[in-house]
Amino acid sequence: MKGSRLIFWLFLAPVLCWLLLLIVLPHMDLLIMSFRTENGFSESVWTLQNYKNFFTEPIYWLTFVRTALYSIITTGLTLVIGLPVAFYIAKIARHKLQGTLSLLLLLPFWVSELVRIYGWMILLRESGVLNFFMLKLGVIHKPIEMLYNDATMIMGLVYTSMLFMVVPLISVMESLDDSLIEAAYDLGASKLVIWKDIIIPHCKPGITSGCIVVFMLALGNYLTPNLMGGKNSLWFTEQIYNQFIASFNWNQGSAFGFLLLLLSSLIIWVGLKLSRQNLGEVAS
Amino acid sequence: MIRSLPSSKGYTWGFHCFILLYFAFLFAPLLVTCVLAFNNSDFPSLPWYGFSLDWFTSPGPDRVGIFFDEGNLRSIWTSFQTAFFVSILCVVVGTCAAFLFEQEEFPFKNGLYFLMLAPLVIPGVILGISILLGANTAGMFMEDHFGLDLDILRPSFWLVVLGQFSFITTFVCLVVSARLRKFDRSLEEAALNLGANRLEVIWFITLKFLRPAIIGSAAVAFLMSFENFNTTLFLVGSEPTLPINLYLQVRDGSTPVINAVSLLLIVGTSLLALVNLYFTKEKE
Repeated sequence: MKGSRLIFWLFLAPVLCWLLLLIVLPHMDLLIMSFRTENGFSESVWTLQNYKNFFTEPIYWLTFVRTALYSIITTGLTLVIGLPVAFYIAKIARHKLQGTLSLLLLLPFWVSELVRIYGWMILLRESGVLNFFMLKLGVIHKPIEMLYNDATMIMGLVYTSMLFMVVPLISVMESLDDSLIEAAYDLGASKLVIWKDIIIPHCKPGITSGCIVVFMLALGNYLTPNLMGGKNSLWFTEQIYNQFIASFNWNQGSAFGFLLLLLSSLIIWVGLKLSRQNLGEVAS
Repeated sequence: MIRSLPSSKGYTWGFHCFILLYFAFLFAPLLVTCVLAFNNSDFPSLPWYGFSLDWFTSPGPDRVGIFFDEGNLRSIWTSFQTAFFVSILCVVVGTCAAFLFEQEEFPFKNGLYFLMLAPLVIPGVILGISILLGANTAGMFMEDHFGLDLDILRPSFWLVVLGQFSFITTFVCLVVSARLRKFDRSLEEAALNLGANRLEVIWFITLKFLRPAIIGSAAVAFLMSFENFNTTLFLVGSEPTLPINLYLQVRDGSTPVINAVSLLLIVGTSLLALVNLYFTKEKE
């Protein structure tokens, strides 16, 4: 075809620019920066010191482990809450209601995460709305501070990432043929067996993609741990921020950033291997 | 169990309650934010002192409503501009990428496709610091070798645009690709046989077919840009976007003017989301 080489380059050039200049090169820079440090004469030299700092300072690696663990807990909780919700919308609600419910499900997530977290803050804090009502009703006699603890922070993380679990779950559940469940029911299978042997296996692709996205969002979240977690509930992204903006130690920050990237890639890779999927399938 | 199967009263009732609670959980923070925007009080909390529009229309000096709040208005405008440029860039490059991956064959296609998906699994914070580092390195390079001092490579408006563009393009590409896959290529061949060249075919036929997907993904890109926090945090210069500006206010103590801003955001994004939904519906 005449001119098709030209067209090809017309498509390829912007895509290559985007991927090379904004994805590949910056991340190579991140890796290089993480292996450099300034010596006493303010010259830049190669070093492993940044990574050594991470392993020798308990606060750093403890935060890292904590972040990973809490992200896993968040993912698990989101899945447990998301499964019945998705099942209700896909299989139980009447057809007319289905559309409305999915729309209602989506709406809050178009609103900035900051606004939603702010809403939780005015609900939960000591002078907040929940405390006001509980005092009025006489449930409690002194306001309780419900913000700034780990449980609230995890609740916030579950809240902010809920949608990314429920939507893929709904789409896989809609593709599940009702007659399979009916057949199992007619043959006398209990609810538990139906869930275990029919629904869950069928939903595995949706579960995997939901879990991966939620895990990644929790791991990389900055706002929710920062605003809802207490002084002691450090998140690893906060460590990165501190190194970059507060201490201006970009080399140390890069090492932390690279470690976080490594962790998230590793867990996503394991998740894909365990469910025998690849990234392309999950993305589409 | 499912619609077509009988289930016990208690089970059904329990399920309905669970869903009701879930939606209450989903909307509680938004609802409370909106309601408190109209409270005639200096703090975003109960008790209710009566209805007031002060937080929208009061010109100051005691209470400054959002329509007179220069700092917040400026950040809203900055966010608008950012989102505008981000969605244009994303749509152009994302559509190119969709054509490239759906219609062209070339070596290393799979590798490049994988790279295109990478922004999906890179946490926003990491993307932010990598681009900050990359821009900084590029800036130093430019200064050392060409004596050029480029403002665009320092934390600034355009760096925020580039940072958001780097990952939102992937979403646009996935949405447009999905639509492109449904395109009947015999239409292209027919046009080619009738003497059109490839560029004309793309312009008059393929892009026409893709229009709903392109408009839809532009709306999504706009919203994603408007609410982005994690990546923007590291790239923002002297002009904060709305989420960054709100974050600073929420962290350092807040007045109901934030509720007023949030209410506007909720209404605005819901409208845009509905418009987007309308176009997606039309597409199907």
